[in-house]
Amino acid sequence: MDESIYLDEARDPLIIAEGWMKDGKDVAIATVVETWGSAPRPVGSHLVIDAEGNFHGSVSGGCVEGAVVTEAMDVIGSGKARMLEFGVADETAWQVGLSCGGRIKVYVERLG
Amino acid sequence: MDPYVLKTLNEERRARRAAVLVTDLGDGRDRIVREGDHVAGDLGAAISDAFRTGNSRSVEAEGRTFFLNAHLPRPRLVVIGAVHISQALAPMARIAGYPVEIIDPRTAFATPERFPDVALHAEWPQDVLKRAPLDSYTALAAVTHDPKIDDFALKAALDARCFYVGALGSRKTHAKRVERLLALGAGADQIARIHAPIGLDIGAASPAEIAVAVLAQTIHAFRSRGLEAKGAVA
Repeated sequence: MDESIYLDEARDPLIIAEGWMKDGKDVAIATVVETWGSAPRPVGSHLVIDAEGNFHGSVSGGCVEGAVVTEAMDVIGSGKARMLEFGVADETAWQVGLSCGGRIKVYVERLG
Repeated sequence: MDPYVLKTLNEERRARRAAVLVTDLGDGRDRIVREGDHVAGDLGAAISDAFRTGNSRSVEAEGRTFFLNAHLPRPRLVVIGAVHISQALAPMARIAGYPVEIIDPRTAFATPERFPDVALHAEWPQDVLKRAPLDSYTALAAVTHDPKIDDFALKAALDARCFYVGALGSRKTHAKRVERLLALGAGADQIARIHAPIGLDIGAASPAEIAVAVLAQTIHAFRSRGLEAKGAVA
C-alpha cells in the first residue's frame, strides 16, 4: 500500500509531463474519462507521452497503452484531441483490448 | 491541456491543496477550480461533489460535456500521544485510508515495539510540526491528557484549519482547556471546532472502541467538508 501523503515526483505522470514541457518536448496527455464494468485503472488516471514515444503512467495497466501511444503521436502532430474507446478485443476495431471484460474511454490531448 | 493550467495544477498538488481540473470535452478548453471557488449551476454542484468525494467523472451541463478530474491531497491523521488508544487507532485508520503519524515526547510511550509499522516521532509536537506543518487535509487527535504536550498541537491544528480537531478529556477537562487556548490567542469560534469529548457518541468504553469513535468522527469530518457552511446559509 502506498502510504506517502506527498507526490511521488519521480513517478507522477503530470509532474513528468511538466518536466518534459520545460525541456522543450512535445507532449500528449491521455486521461481515463469513463469506465464500464471492471476496469483496471480508475477514472482520472493518466498516461503521458512524448513525441519520441516515451511514456509514463497508465490508463489500463498495460492492455491498451500501445494503441494510446500510437494515437498520441497523431494528436501531437495535429494538435487535435481524440476520444478513444476500448473494450474486449473482439468487439472493437482495435487489435488490442481489455481482457478483464470492461470498457474504458480515454481522452487524448496535446499539451499546449 | 493548457501548459499554464498544468503548471498551476501541479503547484496545487505539491502544496497539498485540493483542485478540480475542468475540461470541456467538446473544445478541449480547461481550467482549474480551487476548493471554495464559486461556480454556478449544475456544473458548480458537480464540482462541489467532486471536492467532497474525490471522485472524478464526466458531467453534462449547459448542453456541454465536461470532465472533472478531482485532485485531492491524501488525508492523514496526526495523533498527539503514543497511548493505548493510538495503538488501536493507527492500524484501523491506515486500513481506512488515513495514514497515521504519532507524536509523543515521552520516550517510554513512543517506542517502535509499541508501534510497529507506524510513523512515530518521540519528540515535542513543536519540533515535529515545524518540519512537517499541519494543513487542511490533516486531522489532529490529541489524546495525551497532558496540556504541556496537547495544547500547542491543538492551537497549531486550529490555525492550520485541520479538517478535524479532536481532544480527549471530559467536559470539565475541556472547559479548562478552552481557557488555556484562549490565553494562547485562539478565537472562541476556532475553539468551537474542537471535538471534545473526542469521538462519535457510540458509548465507547475500551481504548479500541474509543479509537473506532475517533476514526468514525474523522471520516465524517472529511466527507462533510464545506457542508456545514452551506447548511448555515440555507
